[in-house]
Amino acid sequence: MTSVDFDEVSAEDVSRHFGRRRAVSRMSFLASRGMILGLLGPNGAGKSTLLAMLATLLRPSSGVIRYGALRVSDGAALRARIGVLGHDLFLYPELTARENLSFFAGLYGIADSEGQARAALERAGLDTRGNDPVSSFSRGMRQRVALERALIHDPRLALLDEPFTGLDDASTEALLGRLRRLRDGGAIVILATHDLDLAEGLLDHALFLRDGRIVETMAAPDRLRSTYRSVIGLSSQTR
Amino acid sequence: MMRAIWLIVRKDVTVEVRSRELAYTTLFFAVSCVLVFAFSLVQEGRAAEGVGAGVLWMAIMFAGNLALGRTFERERQSETLRALMLVPAPRPAVYLGKLAAIVVLLAITEAVLVPLVAFLFQAQLLAHPFWLASVVIAGTLGFAAVGTLFAAMLVRARSRDVLLPVLLYPITVPVLIAGVRGTVAIAQPEFDADIVRFWLMLLVAFDVVFITLALWTFEPVMTD
Repeated sequence: MTSVDFDEVSAEDVSRHFGRRRAVSRMSFLASRGMILGLLGPNGAGKSTLLAMLATLLRPSSGVIRYGALRVSDGAALRARIGVLGHDLFLYPELTARENLSFFAGLYGIADSEGQARAALERAGLDTRGNDPVSSFSRGMRQRVALERALIHDPRLALLDEPFTGLDDASTEALLGRLRRLRDGGAIVILATHDLDLAEGLLDHALFLRDGRIVETMAAPDRLRSTYRSVIGLSSQTR
Repeated sequence: MMRAIWLIVRKDVTVEVRSRELAYTTLFFAVSCVLVFAFSLVQEGRAAEGVGAGVLWMAIMFAGNLALGRTFERERQSETLRALMLVPAPRPAVYLGKLAAIVVLLAITEAVLVPLVAFLFQAQLLAHPFWLASVVIAGTLGFAAVGTLFAAMLVRARSRDVLLPVLLYPITVPVLIAGVRGTVAIAQPEFDADIVRFWLMLLVAFDVVFITLALWTFEPVMTD
């Protein structure tokens, strides 16, 4: 596998249809290294579909996604630089946290997968529970393991779908710190969230999505909640 | 690629050792199937010629269908199949890893089924263990090669439990025929290696065709 890298991710007029339903419609944006980009919008706005396309799991029906000079067709080499935390956690409940992390580290080609798994457990604050099966963990603990699984190969592009789900205050603070460190380390972080309070002060750029379209963009966003209300509407559910 | 295949096989076997779900369900089902046929087809301690081979392969195919569905149901529940699609290993490695794991798990079931069928049907299956193992493994591989591809394709289909056997059995009929005929030939009192070799080569040819087609189609069908 060739080692590849990129400095920015861009979507150009990207659409995705499922039959007659249009999940994402003509979205264009650019995210660069050292940036946290937020995707904000109500359920069904197209956030998860957009993340799936950026993750190379779905092909756009039209439009192009570029990863610097790379395209989806670069396949395995490109996937090696992408980390994904899905709404589902991508963990095997029968395996221990250590086994899950070590398994994925191995698949990402990390030579010392056991050592990497140990370090990831420490970062998640779960080093004492590493040998317990994931099925015995609370949602928040599983979320922390899943985040470390997504980032275990130090990806250039981190795609996070609702990363704050199930986390207590301490874990949320730790995650915010982790995301800022990722940004400072030159990663491109794209996250979908409903949690506007947490997103405020974290995001460098925000895209407001509704019905599969980008309805507003904000650089260095503040007052997210009032902007959200004005562009998305009062009826939308946010925390 | 070999490392990815090995990791996936080891993971699937570890999950199975912890849950024992597939072993219990496939074994229980396959043994029940063999017992039912034994009660109805064995008269005065003997069955008609070739019945044992037919029952063995029917049990393997039914148990295999059960195992395939369940293996991918596990991957669906936590969307871990998507995680496997995201790793930088070539996607055919994911297919080969899942295929190898299913063959290993089915081989455990077969290790119980073969002596049971040989005993209940008084079939001389174990007289030529090398040939029997070759035919059973080649047949299982062909069946699992098609089944792994279809089970992966159907993992997000709502009616996957119905669709899997509907798609799988017609396509694997050649494997079933060659497996049964090869096993019947092995159990003959006058063993003819040439006949067994013919059926075995046919199974190997099916395996090559099915695995090649599956490797070719796995990536495109799993991308969307």
